[in-house]
Order: sequence, then C-alpha cells, then structure tokens
Amino acid sequence: MSERRIRVLIAKPGLDGHDRGAKVVARALRDAGMEVIYTGLRQTPEMIAEAALQEDVDVVGLSILSGAHMALVPRVIELLRQNGQDHVKVFVGGIIPDEDVPALKEMGVLEVYGPGTLTSDIVADIRKAVLGEDDQSG
Amino acid sequence: MSIVQQVLEGNRYALSRVLTQIENDTTEGREALAALFPYTGKAHLIGVTGAPGTGKSSLVNRLAYFYRHPPEGEPKTVAIVAVDPSSPFTGGAILGDRIRMRDLTGDRGVFIRSMASRGALGGLARATAGVVQALDAAGFEVIFIETVGAGQAEVDIARLAHTTLVVEAPGLGDDVQAIKAGILEIADILVVNKADRPGAISTERALIEMLKLAHPSREMVSHHGQMMKVEIPAGGENDSEEWVPPVIKTVATENKGIDELAAAIAKHREFLQKTGEWEARDRLRLSTEVEDLLGETLLRRWQKNMPERKYREVLEQVFARRLAPAEAVESLLSSAQGS
Ligand SMILES: Nc1nc2c(ncn2[C@@H]2O[C@H](COP(=O)(O)OP(=O)(O)O)[C@@H](O)[C@H]2O)c(=O)[nH]1
Ligand SMILES: [Mg+2]
Repeated sequence: MSERRIRVLIAKPGLDGHDRGAKVVARALRDAGMEVIYTGLRQTPEMIAEAALQEDVDVVGLSILSGAHMALVPRVIELLRQNGQDHVKVFVGGIIPDEDVPALKEMGVLEVYGPGTLTSDIVADIRKAVLGEDDQSG
Repeated sequence: MSIVQQVLEGNRYALSRVLTQIENDTTEGREALAALFPYTGKAHLIGVTGAPGTGKSSLVNRLAYFYRHPPEGEPKTVAIVAVDPSSPFTGGAILGDRIRMRDLTGDRGVFIRSMASRGALGGLARATAGVVQALDAAGFEVIFIETVGAGQAEVDIARLAHTTLVVEAPGLGDDVQAIKAGILEIADILVVNKADRPGAISTERALIEMLKLAHPSREMVSHHGQMMKVEIPAGGENDSEEWVPPVIKTVATENKGIDELAAAIAKHREFLQKTGEWEARDRLRLSTEVEDLLGETLLRRWQKNMPERKYREVLEQVFARRLAPAEAVESLLSSAQGS
C-alpha cells in the first residue's frame, strides 16, 4: 500500500517581483503527478534550505530573474549540503546568460531552463533525475 | 544511532525523513511509528478548519508566532501540519500554505510540514494522524493541523485534535449558507477572521444565532418542571460542565485578536483537563485508530485468501440483480470461511 510521490520545492529567491514563470512550472509539475511545495516570493537561501529540509523534497527548483543567480545558487547548494541533503537535485529557471550555465552546472545544478522551455521537458528531466526513468509519457 | 533515536534527540532532518516514510506508509515508517508511539500523548493538538481563503494559514502563522514569543511565560515549541488537496486526476498537488508562514522561518522551535491529501476525503490525509504522532514524540508542545477546507464538514479533524478552530470569513458568499451543517458540532472555538472586512459583524451574529439553534438546551433548561432561561457565558464553564464555543474576531493580516484567540485556546485546554475530556478524547482517537486499522487489515487479509474468480462471479450476480449487495457479502464471507 506504500505510495511514493516526487516532492519538489519551487522557490523564488532574490528581490525581483513576479512569479508567473514559477507558477506555470509548479502547475505543470502538479499535472504530472508531483507534489509541489510553493513558498512564494523573495525567499532567502536560508529560507529555501529550511523548507527543503522540513519538507524532505527530492528536488529544488529555483526561479531567478534578478541576475543574482551566481550568488544565490551556490549558497542554496551549500546550505543543502550542510543539512545533509546532498542528494537533492537542483534546477534553475529564469533569465540566465548562456555563459553562466557551465559554471552553474559545475556547482551542482542539474539543468538550467530559459524562457520558452517546454514544461514537458522539465517534467521528463525531473523524473529521470529522481527515478532514473527515461520514459516521457504522462 | 537509529533514526528513531535521532528523532528523539531532536535531529530535524531525521524527523523529516521519518515523516516521509510514514506518509508513504512504508515498512520503515510503520516501524518508526511503533517505536515513537510510547513518547506520544503530550502535545496539545489544535485543528484549524474552514473554507479555502478564510485565512487558516495566516492565523496559524500568527498563533505559532504568539506561542514562540508569548507576552509572559516560556515559549512553546510548535509544529504545523498543513494539508492541501491532491488532484483527483493526476495525484499531484500544489502545497502553498508556507507562503503565509514566513514569520516563522529561521526559528528552530518551529517545524512546518505540508501534506497532500492523496485521495483521502474529510480534510486530512490518511497519514496525517501518524505524522502528528511523530511530531508529538519529537517533543513539539503545540501541533497545529490545518485541513484542506474543501467545504464539507471535516469531522476527521475533530477526532484527531484536542481543540478544533472553525474559521469563517465575511464575503465568501451568503454568510449563513456558507456555514455548513455539522461544522458547528465540531467547533470548540469559532473564529471570524478578516474582521477588517465589511460583513464581519453579521457573520459573527449569524454564528451566534446558529449556536443558539444548535444548542437550544443551553439557553432553556428545565428546572423543577419549569423551563427557565439561563445565560451561559461563551467559552466559560457552568454547572453542567458544558463548553460553549466562543466566537472570536480576528484580523490575521494585522495580528489583531490573536491574543484573545490564544486565551480561548488556553481556556479550552484547561476545560478539557479539568473535566477529563482530554483523556476521553485521547481514548476516542486511539480506539478509532485501532478500529480503522483493524478494518483495513482484515479486509486486506481476506482479499488475499479470496480467489479472484469467485469474487468476480459474485459481483456479476450483483450486476445481474440476482444478488443484493448484502447477500453478496454473506455469500463471499461464507465461501471464504469454507476454503
Ligand atoms: N483582509 C484580510 N485578509 C486576510 C486576513 N487573513 C488572511 N487574509 C488574506 O486571505 C488570503 C487567504 O489567506 P490564507 O491564510 O492563505 O487562507 P487559507 O486558504 O484559509 O489558509 C490571503 O491573501 C491572506 O493574505 C484578514 O484578517 N483580513
Ligand atoms: Mg492554507
């Protein structure tokens, strides 16, 4: 009777003020059967790591439009590691210049999604990362 | 060190992982619950129910903050379990209650866990009671349980919690209509939140009227054969040791009325302890849990011994209107015994 669901934290660090993109992704993940913890705007890396710990998520998705990704992302990853959540997969979405992508991946980010990304791709990537599943159905 | 030991020693990540195992109903989760069970029974369990948007999460945020920063006395540690609905189609969920609980971040005396209902009706998830037990064993002194609030009377919460708050707000359609039958029976405390909004007074009045209708005996008592009227102060005790739910106005967004609400909760707790209700509710909750589990386990065992083919045959007879459902059950039970 046991049931496992992929749990994803969608967080919006930084000071930029709208979360339309984050909400679209949250809904798409829900529609793919995942449980999405949504924490709202202006989260500090500390708040994000704390929520990830209390919610025991498999994935953290960070939506960043402010340009502060090179400061925020490594801090979140560092805090997750400090808390023993090394296995948590981190994705980044938003406006990220191409030249920053390799550095982010170097830090441990699994994938970076720019504007126009298909949500079905994000769903497939998360399933693959968490379940080791290649299947794109659903 | 075992994960249960870690939970008992206050390791928050161990606790979080155990909650996941309980939620997923795994063998590890069941073993952990069994090991933690002797440490449960200390926390004050406070249920918060009411329609979506009435301000349940905002109120829990303020109340929890109040317990962490009390005007007098020692702060209490607080856990929050917030349940949101799973989509019946995909099984997915968006759990957004934390948005309203920002004031509690960075405080190690607070632990917030979001849960999806995972198909359960009645406002809680199947595993909510287990999750609450684990938080209780981990030593949290006050545990808030925020229900889905999908509209129907969510009676499960009254069974789980010591104190149930029913939250109403003005401007959510017809005030009296919005107050669902059954909701008054489960309320220990009625909250009119969004008291800054027009209509708060009439919502409050409607609730008080409905309370009177629901409990006419509280106003009129027979005294030596004559009916006489007695005034029972809301939230107060009286000769018959009956609790009359107080109606409390709050503005969660402005932190107004929270101290009155906390005082009413404290009063209810005292009432429960003084009258023996605390014990009684504990026993009722645990006996219901045992009964539910027994039912589930028996069904599962029975299904294991039941040949699928026989089961289908009997069902077909029901479809053809040759057997009534009750007769079908009789027939299935007697054949399973024989096998
Ligand atoms: N005007 C007003 N708005 C409130 C009050 N309490 C909560 N809200 C707002 O009502 C909305 C729903 O609140 P929330 O706590 O999420 O309600 P829940 O769905 O019952 O948990 C949010 O936008 C809150 O900011 C209040 O006392 N007055
Ligand atoms: Mg809520």
